[in-house]
Amino acid sequence: MKITKLSDFFVTGDPLIYGADVAIGLTMVAIVVALTAFKRWGWLWREWLTTVDHKRIGIMYVIASLLMLFRGGVDALLMRTQLALPDSMEFLKPDHYNDIFTTHGVIMILFMAMPLMFGLFNLTVPLQIGARDVAFPLLNSLSFWLFFMGAMLFNVSFVIGGSPEAGWLAYPPLSEKMFSPGVGQDFYIWGIQISGIGSLMTGINFIVTILKMRAPGMKLMKMPMFTWSVLSSCLTIILAFPILTVTLALLFIDRYFGAHFFTLDMGGNPMMYINLIWMWGHPEVYIVVLPAFGIFSEIVATFSKKRLFGYGSMVFALMSISIFSFFTWAHHFFTMGSGANVNAFFAVTTMIIAIPTGVKVFNWLFTMYKGKITFELPMLWTMAFIPCFVVGGMTGVMLSVAPADFQFHNSYFLIAHFHQVLIGGVVFGYFAGLYYWWPKVFGFKLNDKLGKWAFWLWNIGFYVCFMPQYVLGLMGMTRRVSSYSWDTGWWSWNFVSTIGGFLMGIGFLFQVWQILHSIKFMERVKGDPWGGRTLEWSIPSPAPFYNFAITPKVEGRDDWWRRKELAAKGVQDPPPKYEPIHMPKNSGTPIVMSLFWFILGFGFVFDWLWLIVPGAIGIAATMLYHSFNYDTDYYVTVDEIKKTEAKAGRVV
Amino acid sequence: MAQHHDTHASHGADAHESHGSLKSYVLGFVLSLILTAIPLILVLNDIVTGNAADVVLLVTAVLQFVVQLFFFMHLKEEKKPRYNLMTLLLGLVIVLTIVAGSIWIMKYNMVAH
Repeated sequence: MKITKLSDFFVTGDPLIYGADVAIGLTMVAIVVALTAFKRWGWLWREWLTTVDHKRIGIMYVIASLLMLFRGGVDALLMRTQLALPDSMEFLKPDHYNDIFTTHGVIMILFMAMPLMFGLFNLTVPLQIGARDVAFPLLNSLSFWLFFMGAMLFNVSFVIGGSPEAGWLAYPPLSEKMFSPGVGQDFYIWGIQISGIGSLMTGINFIVTILKMRAPGMKLMKMPMFTWSVLSSCLTIILAFPILTVTLALLFIDRYFGAHFFTLDMGGNPMMYINLIWMWGHPEVYIVVLPAFGIFSEIVATFSKKRLFGYGSMVFALMSISIFSFFTWAHHFFTMGSGANVNAFFAVTTMIIAIPTGVKVFNWLFTMYKGKITFELPMLWTMAFIPCFVVGGMTGVMLSVAPADFQFHNSYFLIAHFHQVLIGGVVFGYFAGLYYWWPKVFGFKLNDKLGKWAFWLWNIGFYVCFMPQYVLGLMGMTRRVSSYSWDTGWWSWNFVSTIGGFLMGIGFLFQVWQILHSIKFMERVKGDPWGGRTLEWSIPSPAPFYNFAITPKVEGRDDWWRRKELAAKGVQDPPPKYEPIHMPKNSGTPIVMSLFWFILGFGFVFDWLWLIVPGAIGIAATMLYHSFNYDTDYYVTVDEIKKTEAKAGRVV
Repeated sequence: MAQHHDTHASHGADAHESHGSLKSYVLGFVLSLILTAIPLILVLNDIVTGNAADVVLLVTAVLQFVVQLFFFMHLKEEKKPRYNLMTLLLGLVIVLTIVAGSIWIMKYNMVAH
């Protein structure tokens, strides 16, 4: 693309975006000044940017995803503000509204839910299975940086070049060159492609970690339920993400080389895109919700002081959902007109997949039955999740009835449904997980009182925001409308919904406050603050960088609980016998290679060959460099292990 | 099952399984080149057309896939439990679903006609 004037490159003309420009500029200056003033550049590079420690990578994922939650949340509130009043409201212009609903969707799913999920994988899985790190630590770091660069590439479209505006799945023909001639759609393609490579690698990494690196004695059927859920989710990732990659690659070929895969002329068919993208899109929602199910399983067992009810059926449910999720995709386009047989088949598969989910709900309820339940923050979010997700699931089954779907399709009923399962299931689940594992990661608890404020604001806000949207859907309000008139009668419901949206926003602010407050008045905890059951609670908080000074020998499910029971009976652990620990070395390769990916992506977006070529060369060169780098690992000496363990208050 | 010493990206120094010989790599490479050349020559020179061309393309593609699996992915040399084989079978089921499902869905699609 040829840049002749400044407005070809920067987004101009909207005061909201000028405001954002200023804010972004000031934040960047502030970060650079702070790092320089406190002489923290070296620290940042050595300790964080080049780290291959799964716990630190996990923390970076969580920070990045919370920032993205903020951006996606601001998008949501802008939309709700626009819809609060009919007609007269010219808060957002229609094309700006299109930008915002597109970026809201993409960011919330791909750059908030996915990285928050990967963050929890990283923070927890190696600790739960008694491993020292993931199977491929350097690849893990590369995954993170590819996600980060992809997310940045996508977000930069907001101030440079213009945002994508064809909806979160970029249906053609709207997303084709003819109707979206700007660079926004290219930012979309490259942002998602680059971070998608990272997601795929994380999927592979965690499958190998779980299958190959469990502590001795931990048979598959002795794994903690969260680890099972990660396995099922990663299995779905490696089968689903290639479909997304290929689909977006075809769209790229259409746009860049003028091919006709998804245009109606020259024999293409836009419906094929919709068919393909949902083959990824449907499994994707299970990818993000399965780990949430795993989190709830851990929390319910811990806070009921009982072992999880129906372990085997839970495993079966998780694994069958991850396979069945590949057989329901067409329910996203019943209205496409593929005929009664196709619709009937996919309606039935959709109803069937609700069964294993129902099994899980009963398992959680029976785990709580006769348990000694305590209502700490993680348990509160779990309790809120169950009714919310059940209702969301029910409306999902309503949508799966193909003839009825012709009424619900693309209405606010659908919007309310998927927000209910995604917020009620995924967001509540990940919050529960964050509260649950926070003490393990940082060594201190989050303030309970502020957390309860956030909890109630989020919950009340959720129902106030989304219950009216079911009604609006039945009244005929369709999604993605930027305005409506008084005579539709939608005003009051929309206004209530907006109030609910802002309540959730305030809930988020309370969580930020909660984190800052808890950092200030640090309530230190020991290794096992909740009375946990699984291996991660057997080591100090925060975990030492090598995780386990001695690789644990597992003899049963909930092995830490078993060991605690033995200890209560007076059975002593044998005195520890340390051996040197083999650990991976930090590396700058991942971040440098990802930077080149960013350069390549940016070059393709603007079709600047002078940027594409160095990007591609850089990627190849870093890959080659790493192939010949044999200096990748080292041993931690017994002395250092003893020192670290003694510092964490352990008997050496 | 538990290889807690493998927590680093291994670099051949401690490769546990054999990864083929030079002979098998060369053979695999030559076979894959031949299987690429056959459809290219046949289709570009219009030696086969229509359904026959489709069949040639599909058969060489499947053979190519098999060559890759055995010569470069070392499917045969895997120890138990055969996770690679299991994942491959699952992958094939999904691929079949994608192809057959797409054909089925798109066949009756009103827009396409």
